[in-house]
Amino acid sequence: MKRALLFLPLAIFLGLVGYFAIGLTRNPSEIRSVLIDKPLPAIDLPVPDRPDIRFDNAQFKGKVSLLNIFASWCIACRVEHPVLLRLATEKAVPIHGLAWKDKPEELKAWIAELGDPYTLIGDDAKGRTAIDLGVTGAPETFVIDRKGKIRYKFVGPIDDYAWENTLKPLVRTLEAEP
Amino acid sequence: MRLLLKALSWLVACGLSVTLALAAMEPDEILPDPAKEKRARGITKELRCVVCQNQSVDDSDAPLAKDIRLIVRERIMAGETDEQVRAFVVARYGQYVLLRPPLGVDTALIWIGPFALLAIALGIAAVYLRRARVAGEAAAGKLSPDEEQRLEAILKDDSR
Repeated sequence: MKRALLFLPLAIFLGLVGYFAIGLTRNPSEIRSVLIDKPLPAIDLPVPDRPDIRFDNAQFKGKVSLLNIFASWCIACRVEHPVLLRLATEKAVPIHGLAWKDKPEELKAWIAELGDPYTLIGDDAKGRTAIDLGVTGAPETFVIDRKGKIRYKFVGPIDDYAWENTLKPLVRTLEAEP
Repeated sequence: MRLLLKALSWLVACGLSVTLALAAMEPDEILPDPAKEKRARGITKELRCVVCQNQSVDDSDAPLAKDIRLIVRERIMAGETDEQVRAFVVARYGQYVLLRPPLGVDTALIWIGPFALLAIALGIAAVYLRRARVAGEAAAGKLSPDEEQRLEAILKDDSR
């Protein structure tokens, strides 16, 4: 009994090593979205240069899609943009854009300069829809299933690795859902 | 790369507010009614800014924090209780944004942990002290019969 007790500190030490080893693999600044598996909040935004239509929940129905939060002032969005353009040319998945707190003319100039990968852009000039989505920064990308439910949130710029290993498999799985 | 960008934006957003030191509020945000303004500040002081994660919404100069300060004030003006305003933010950003997390199953360790550790420490200290006292008594006060005999013999020995 006494002898077994001698090993207690070692056991506690090893337990802590394991605990901290797992902790090191996590990113503490990443906030898990509380909206996962919940339907998209109500969205009703103007579309730049298209006064005849609205950017609303209707377009998320029926097809698995991405909702990309971006802005012309966001430097990381510039890094992500070529990847989105490639996905759009390959018709890999529909990408809806939400321009977060952008100025109309700057948004227009940004799209004119870099190209438009989006099926439609919602202009969230006041940033209220982004807050309803629990957005903490740009870029962020939500994966929306065909019923209009949020299934995943990707924080940061999408690169080829993230698309191939995280987003694409998820999109394909969701597309196989009834 | 992303980390660098993040660090840069964090520095810009948070560094500014450090130089400003106090609240990051701008004059146009303040409500005319002092009682309501006080409630609003009470709420935003306990909300975490999700951009500068260890600053409160009240302290932070991040644009997102400003938006949340405005939302809090709008909802107070609309007649919501503090609890309803907090629930609005928590529904979007999760309990993580509450700088004073409520006692729940997932937060029990945060609240009870320190007290549990203190209790364990006191328990160990009590056992240790009692043992030390028992040992001390044995060493200092009470002599064994054998020792008493030797002591008596020494005291009786007048030849020295």
